[in-house]
Amino acid sequence: MSRKILLDKIGIAGIETFPVYRSNGGYASVEKALKMQPADIVEEVKKSGLRGRGGAGFPTGLKWSFIDKKSGRPRYLVCNADESEPGTFKDRFLMEKLPHLVLEGMITASIALEANLSFIYVRGEFRWIIKILEKAIVEAKEAGFLGRNILGTGYNLEIVVQTGAGAYICGEETALIESLEGKRGNPRIKPPFPAVSGLYGNPTVVSNVESIAAVPWIVNNGGAEYAKIGVPKSSGTKLISACGNINNPGVYEIELGLPVKDFLFAPEWCGGMKNGKRLKAVVAGGSSVPILPAGLFLKTANGEDRLMSYESLADGGFATGTMLGSGGFIVYDEDQCIVRNTWNFTRFYHHESCGQCSPCREGTGWMERILHNIENGHGKMSDIDLLWDVQKKIEGNTICPLGDAAAWPVAAAIRHFRDEFEWHIKEPKECMVRNFGIAEPAIV
Amino acid sequence: MLAIRTGQKVEFSEQSLQKVTEIINRYPEGKQKSALLPLLHLAQDEFGGWLSVEAMDYVARMLHIQPIEVYEVATFYSMYNLKPVGRFLLEVCQTGPCMIRGAEKLVSQLEEKLKIKNGETTTDGLFTLKTVECLAACGYAPMLQCGEHYHEFLDTEEKVDQLLDQLRRKAAANN
Repeated sequence: MSRKILLDKIGIAGIETFPVYRSNGGYASVEKALKMQPADIVEEVKKSGLRGRGGAGFPTGLKWSFIDKKSGRPRYLVCNADESEPGTFKDRFLMEKLPHLVLEGMITASIALEANLSFIYVRGEFRWIIKILEKAIVEAKEAGFLGRNILGTGYNLEIVVQTGAGAYICGEETALIESLEGKRGNPRIKPPFPAVSGLYGNPTVVSNVESIAAVPWIVNNGGAEYAKIGVPKSSGTKLISACGNINNPGVYEIELGLPVKDFLFAPEWCGGMKNGKRLKAVVAGGSSVPILPAGLFLKTANGEDRLMSYESLADGGFATGTMLGSGGFIVYDEDQCIVRNTWNFTRFYHHESCGQCSPCREGTGWMERILHNIENGHGKMSDIDLLWDVQKKIEGNTICPLGDAAAWPVAAAIRHFRDEFEWHIKEPKECMVRNFGIAEPAIV
Repeated sequence: MLAIRTGQKVEFSEQSLQKVTEIINRYPEGKQKSALLPLLHLAQDEFGGWLSVEAMDYVARMLHIQPIEVYEVATFYSMYNLKPVGRFLLEVCQTGPCMIRGAEKLVSQLEEKLKIKNGETTTDGLFTLKTVECLAACGYAPMLQCGEHYHEFLDTEEKVDQLLDQLRRKAAANN
């Protein structure tokens, strides 16, 4: 369960430079892909079962197969490196440590999509990463893997590093496209989907950095081989960025299907709880996914061991389960206050709402203010139901999933920690100094 | 929110003008508006860390678009500063994972040491303190961004002092 295919070369000195990366087998997938039919490359990615690693988990090969090649309009690949989901810092790690792996994936994917211009949209705060990527592009170009007439095959490809400027919403693919066109990041109504009408109205595929970084291995070894890694429906490996009250925060590549207990407590991964505290709750896949109390996180409602996979984490639906999401793994110990954390998250979503849809624009602000009142000792019992009502009215009623992402953490916090909200309202003074959670003593 | 007119003419250096041409040429013909975000970053870097109305109008002229197309973008993205900031803009991440690892303490330490509140600039014009949302450094919390650099694991007062000293020395060396 510790197989590595993305980070296997991470320890090699100088792996961020072209010569070292190349002499360790890098760019082989580009050579292979140039000899394949583009549709066959897409087929291999389909067979691999790779699911979008940005959070939604949509099958990558299927997404690529939707791209309109018949109309003859220019096609674009856009690599989504706008990593901003609280808890998530894996793409940053990949680009920093293995920029050529990301580029190789982009070139191979561009060959599959028959694109001659591709973009990597990097969040503006990652200024040093933009430099790393630009340097890697120059190196790849000098070596003939980018630019005109790649490796003498007649195939042309340019890759442009595009800078964001601080907007979580631009991680949503149509907002990203708007931003790339030099506009505000307001998501578009779908359909039409980007595969038909995306950047400049042309067919476009937007894929996450980690999804694209998995492509070279899939092309080199075949989709069927990739599908053997992990567990059925959750094939392959996943980068998990672990943070919160644990001993070893950081980025880990795991084989999907790893038991969550191992990931959380084994020394090779999170290494257990910091300062010997008890586990209270976990947000398993970035701030948007439902928070789970310790008991439900470690075991499903049926008493089965929970695994790090799309299906196992979702077992029980939102009533007792959550989602793998982006792999942003946030661990809370017994001293953490769920009300304060939920208020913090709603402030984030309120700040990041683009403001197009009333339920999200207004609702996120209402949730933030209600939670601020409860957290600061001015709450009423009726506020809890009001909060539930507001999140319910946001969910499903917006153009893009930011509305859902703002609603789900609130719903889950009330669902699993209602008593903690009630205590904040009943004992406002005491909740300032003490924390009333339902920390079930789990494994220490 | 928007915006401050300085009454001063702005103009890119020769070097930046070259960069502008290079950026605009990345995009397909007729799609030069895609260069807007990168050009605003360039303008902000060159014109003192913030965007005046003059700077935004200048970028609009370069891209042959209406000034309003620049204003609407500049007001949307949190990295564009629409009023002057100090020499060093300290942006502290305050979102969940940073909060549970001490972001609030970091903010109050900085407020105390710099004798300013969140959002303010020190009287010597050296530091502006600002809280921001998730910077994707959750495992290395608490942290702040200053210019190109992430300063991570700022979990003790000594580390905060060291950072401020380092920045002050840098400012002194450049003057």
